[in-house]
Amino acid sequence: MTQTRINKKAVSEKYSELYKEKRSLLDEGSSPLLNRMRDVSMKRFEQVGVPGFKNEDYKYTNLERVFGKEYRHVLAYETVDVDLNEVFQCDVPQLDTYTVLLINGWYYARNLQLEGLPEGVVAGSLKQISNEQPELLENYLNRQAALSNDPLVALNTAFAKDGFFLYVPEGVKLEKPIQVINLTRGQEATFSTQRNLIITGAKTEAKVIFCDHTLSSIDCLGNNVTEVFVGDGAVVDVYTIQNQNNKSNSVNSSFFKVGEKSNLLSGVACLHGGLIRNNLVVSLDGEHSEAGVFGMSFTDKRQHVDNFTNILHNKANCLSNQLYKNVLDEDSVGAFTGRIHVARDAQKTNAFQRNNNVLLTDTAKMNTKPQLIIDADDVKCSHGATVGQIDLDALFYMRARGINENDARMMLMNAFAHEVVQEIRVEALRDRIDELVEKRLKGELAKCHSCDIN
Amino acid sequence: MLTIKNLRASVEGKEILKGINLEIKPGEIHAIMGPNGAGKSTLGNVLSGREGYEIEEGEVTFLGEDLLDLSPEDRARKGLFLSFQYPVEIPGVPMVNFLKTSVNEHRKFKGLEPLTAGEFLKLMREKKDMLHLDSQLTNRSVNEGFSGGEKKKNEIFQMAMLEPKLAILDETDSGLDIDALRVVAEGVNALKSPEHSTIVITHYQRLLDYIVPDFVHVLYNGQIVKSAGKELALELEEKGYDWIKKELV
Ligand SMILES: Nc1ncnc2c1ncn2[C@@H]1O[C@H](COP(=O)(O)OP(=O)(O)OP(=O)(O)O)[C@@H](O)[C@H]1O
Ligand SMILES: [Mg+2]
Repeated sequence: MTQTRINKKAVSEKYSELYKEKRSLLDEGSSPLLNRMRDVSMKRFEQVGVPGFKNEDYKYTNLERVFGKEYRHVLAYETVDVDLNEVFQCDVPQLDTYTVLLINGWYYARNLQLEGLPEGVVAGSLKQISNEQPELLENYLNRQAALSNDPLVALNTAFAKDGFFLYVPEGVKLEKPIQVINLTRGQEATFSTQRNLIITGAKTEAKVIFCDHTLSSIDCLGNNVTEVFVGDGAVVDVYTIQNQNNKSNSVNSSFFKVGEKSNLLSGVACLHGGLIRNNLVVSLDGEHSEAGVFGMSFTDKRQHVDNFTNILHNKANCLSNQLYKNVLDEDSVGAFTGRIHVARDAQKTNAFQRNNNVLLTDTAKMNTKPQLIIDADDVKCSHGATVGQIDLDALFYMRARGINENDARMMLMNAFAHEVVQEIRVEALRDRIDELVEKRLKGELAKCHSCDIN
Repeated sequence: MLTIKNLRASVEGKEILKGINLEIKPGEIHAIMGPNGAGKSTLGNVLSGREGYEIEEGEVTFLGEDLLDLSPEDRARKGLFLSFQYPVEIPGVPMVNFLKTSVNEHRKFKGLEPLTAGEFLKLMREKKDMLHLDSQLTNRSVNEGFSGGEKKKNEIFQMAMLEPKLAILDETDSGLDIDALRVVAEGVNALKSPEHSTIVITHYQRLLDYIVPDFVHVLYNGQIVKSAGKELALELEEKGYDWIKKELV
């Protein structure tokens, strides 16, 4: 046995032991809908364990290191000694949203009442709603995640107790976006398991913005799963802004099941964070649907951001469009794997993918890998990836017009990112992200200044 | 204004400029002509501070200062302007942002307050009117998708906005129709004053009908091998460069 094998086993066993030890605590207060999935999910996790380099899907990201650390697991709601509503003030006044706070994966108990939600819309704690209105969830919870072979998705299902839940009944249009602010806070290294579920009925419109922040300078690891069901004829946007400190690591697995004649937009902006792995699965399960899947990251120091997408064209006549852009500075490492699977009979599929990367130093590193599996014959597919430096001709052109080198670089990188930013369909958020990107590039965004309280 | 003494420069170990001497006084217009590959653009690039050139020898003084010591941006702010032979496309950077940053950097250097958005737009309108420019171009990303002629006109528009002390026009006339040629000429002539000088790099006499040079130089194989008045341009157009090459041997 090699040393790494032994360690790998030890890493995974820690989670098995924890599970055994906390088995009753996990069930405590949780809905049977959650509890009935735990044992089988834990078995599935144990079959593979924490993925290491040998796992083809994780070959660019070694998770054993971050999963191997000692953490305090937040397996019951912990009261917060400050009022997060006061402490956390989003500094985007133009961004008029329904706002909810989650803390270490748990729905914050003192969230303000959401005023003015349309009738029938249910937004709140997954734990609470799965207990009180299980009929809303029972046909959805884990219906996508259970299909995944990813051991970490199974680990989430085994440990999940709370998260954000949203239900939008047929025909309802949410005028304002819902902003879900995920906070991490604590005195010692913290592990959180957050489980989100978003169900939008037919002909609905909804926009959800997840903002990940850290309030404490601690090591933390989040293993999160989000399932989104996009109803027939629905228009749904899900944005994620990852702006955590560089000691926080996370694996975020998102699943989108898209009905027919629907329109999904998924956008992920990673501004700060330690090790981040975003798994994203979109199943186009109805004809004539569109999915825009966008992402960007700005990394420096020893940051590591890995985006892994899997677009499943299960039905004919759908369009998917992926664009991921990364700017990598210093010793940071990035990865992008974009899988497109066009099923048999998914004719007239249009599937496009592009991944562009700028390396600002010799030591930054980017791995990019498209994977196309096409089982239909009448299909338009394209993919392209570039890894390059900043355009020196453009840089000189700008300097020759009196623009100083730093500003010129900034303008070029902003322009690079803007192609992704412009896809955002919430104007105030678009402006905000432009601003954040600029601050990030100028190095003024050490942490998100809006919640820099601890 | 500009004094170049025995300037030698190389690229990747290959000597391109082999001892250039040139003196440009305030208010003068100089034309530089010469065959392809002679080193004309290289001279413009070296003067404006492009990286990748090794200065082997020589000195360049611009407005009393050692030019070669300055960063490209400081050269520009001090009043040196290069109209690029091949203007660069910069997708995603809007013309307006680019120009506004540029104009305000120049102002900051001079100790002036930045222009407000309103003032800037007014200035832009004035210059566009002066050059009869299509206003659509400034709504786009810098040079992105511009036609060859539009790119060159855009260079002149930038020059008009920045009002440099010394403008180097590198084949700004190439590929232009008569109307566009007039735009270039108007831009240069509008700046003509005892304080402003221009270097026109060109292959064609026709631009010099509009912009009348005080001197015409022939740059050949990295050296200025002949200098004379404006009549030299006509002679070159008629006879080509062979007679000069012969004179040299
Ligand atoms: N980066 C470079 N690497 C190698 N050779 C170069 C480089 N830049 C210029 N040269 C060479 O230097 C010589 C002079 O080029 P330059 O562009 O200055 O010529 P030019 O006089 O402007 O020609 P044209 O009239 O065609 O524009 C050419 O032989 C060219 O190939
Ligand atoms: Mg040239």
